[in-house]
Amino acid sequence: MHRATLRELSAKLASREVSSVEMTRHFLDRIAGEGAALNAFITIDEAKSLAQAKAADARIARGQAGPLTGIPVAHKDLFCAKDWLTTAGSKILGNFVSPYDSHVIAQFDRAGAVLLGKANMDEFAMGSSNENSHFGPVKNPWDLAAVPGGSSGGSAAAVAARLAPAATGTDTGGSIRQPASFTGVCGLRPTYGRVSRHGIVAFASSLDQAGALGKTAEDLAILLGTMAGYDERDSTCIDRPVDDYAAMLSGGVKGLRVGVPREYFTKDLAQDVAAPIRAAIDELAKLGAKVVEVSLPNQHLSVAAYYVIAPAEASSNLSRYDGVRYGYRAPEYADLNDMYRKTRAQGFGPEVKRRVLIGTYVLSHGYYDAYYVQAQKIRRLIANDFIAAFRDCDLIVGPAAPSVAFDLGSKATDPVQMYLDDLYTIPINLAGLPGLSIPCGFGNKGRPVGLQVVGNYFDEARMLRAAHAFQQATDWHTRVPKGFE
Amino acid sequence: MLSLEQIARIADLARLEVTPREAAALQQQLNGILAIVDQMGSVDTSGVEPMSHPQQAMQRMRDDRVTEADERDSFQSIAPAVEDGLYLVPKVIE
Repeated sequence: MHRATLRELSAKLASREVSSVEMTRHFLDRIAGEGAALNAFITIDEAKSLAQAKAADARIARGQAGPLTGIPVAHKDLFCAKDWLTTAGSKILGNFVSPYDSHVIAQFDRAGAVLLGKANMDEFAMGSSNENSHFGPVKNPWDLAAVPGGSSGGSAAAVAARLAPAATGTDTGGSIRQPASFTGVCGLRPTYGRVSRHGIVAFASSLDQAGALGKTAEDLAILLGTMAGYDERDSTCIDRPVDDYAAMLSGGVKGLRVGVPREYFTKDLAQDVAAPIRAAIDELAKLGAKVVEVSLPNQHLSVAAYYVIAPAEASSNLSRYDGVRYGYRAPEYADLNDMYRKTRAQGFGPEVKRRVLIGTYVLSHGYYDAYYVQAQKIRRLIANDFIAAFRDCDLIVGPAAPSVAFDLGSKATDPVQMYLDDLYTIPINLAGLPGLSIPCGFGNKGRPVGLQVVGNYFDEARMLRAAHAFQQATDWHTRVPKGFE
Repeated sequence: MLSLEQIARIADLARLEVTPREAAALQQQLNGILAIVDQMGSVDTSGVEPMSHPQQAMQRMRDDRVTEADERDSFQSIAPAVEDGLYLVPKVIE
């Protein structure tokens, strides 16, 4: 059952082959059993999940089921869920029981999905390895010595190990696509503004976007259809009709112009990743796509611009953690200012502190123009590169990450090296474009490789159609790590 | 390059207590990050309009009326210290 796609699970529920309570029980048992070594979850609440499953079974019995009714879904612990602990992977929110639902959680509730648990993540979504969680690192199910990627590392590991049929994530600089690539699952970051950010613990507001991780492009289509749509509580959410993504999957890639940026295959890309990516592009060509060369000449500046803009917005967003209204407060302090300083020093981990300090610096008097305004101008150049490229192609394809998953601890002491690894994902966030990663092979040590597919604004349906066509012709997405079959 | 004095000032602005030992490690790490960021300095961006946001949409206005329910009790139930509906902090004015 745990290897079934969302559509197959829905069919099992509809035919009464299995109840939602039984299905939820099955995944909870996997989380506590073979999944325990992965540390993929921060909070599990069996009673709450099973109560939701029972309600879903009643809804199915009434004949009012939708495609996700009764199906358990894991949520990154960045999504506020009413009466659930919502920690953002941080000690400072370690006791925060959310008094309200995020828009995304409410959408899954309306669909009748079951909240399976809150997935582990890098603290405040800052990280690319899931080693920055206050609740300990997540292990990669393909190799317990490897990181699962981050920051949505718990979500990715849970789907890869078939501990959850699907999961939500957020992607500010690659936090859905890179862990999807590292764990051999499918992950979609939609266009900025497609999904409401209401109730998602904020990191960098002009870059954050919620998305989904699943086993197939079809799963992603079903999940996005549930999550997307207008919500007036997010002032950046776009009021625009939502495509019927699941109904638009067929049609193939014949005649589709697939752009390959000439800047992608450089010395920065590991050979064991380059080979499966080239093979995947050849496969798309074999299926009828027209492969064209495009150029993104300013892409090499994206990491620099990102590490000004993201920390600047983070330092502003995280100023709310002051020990006054919710979350952790230091036990001892001399006065109000000392309470703030000690609460934040004790509540934030090292990576969050680094980013808060960099952000404070680049926004401070005398440095704002040289850093923040210059980064915003470079952001424009990077976005303009994509706009120009999309005149010559319909989709852009390439790697999601420059290497396969690295070993736990191997980059933890050098934050800069880890930042540079996000070179293929960050430009998409700066431009506000949608991107997805699908498994397309294996590299060194049998670790997965993901193909990134980038679309034009609000062109998720076309991206999913191409990914679906690839998956109809290949079977990389069906591979399951040993020990989790 | 950030000096230790600058780090202390930034930490003060960020309301973050930093011990002298942490400051030395942070100096190296933050300067490593700024070394990447400094690549931007050589790029000619004259005439480029800064992009603050991916969509060009204007901020929406809404009617000036109360739309939120009163959830004070629920919100204060998770606060570190409250009394009579007020959040408690250390004494600010003697």
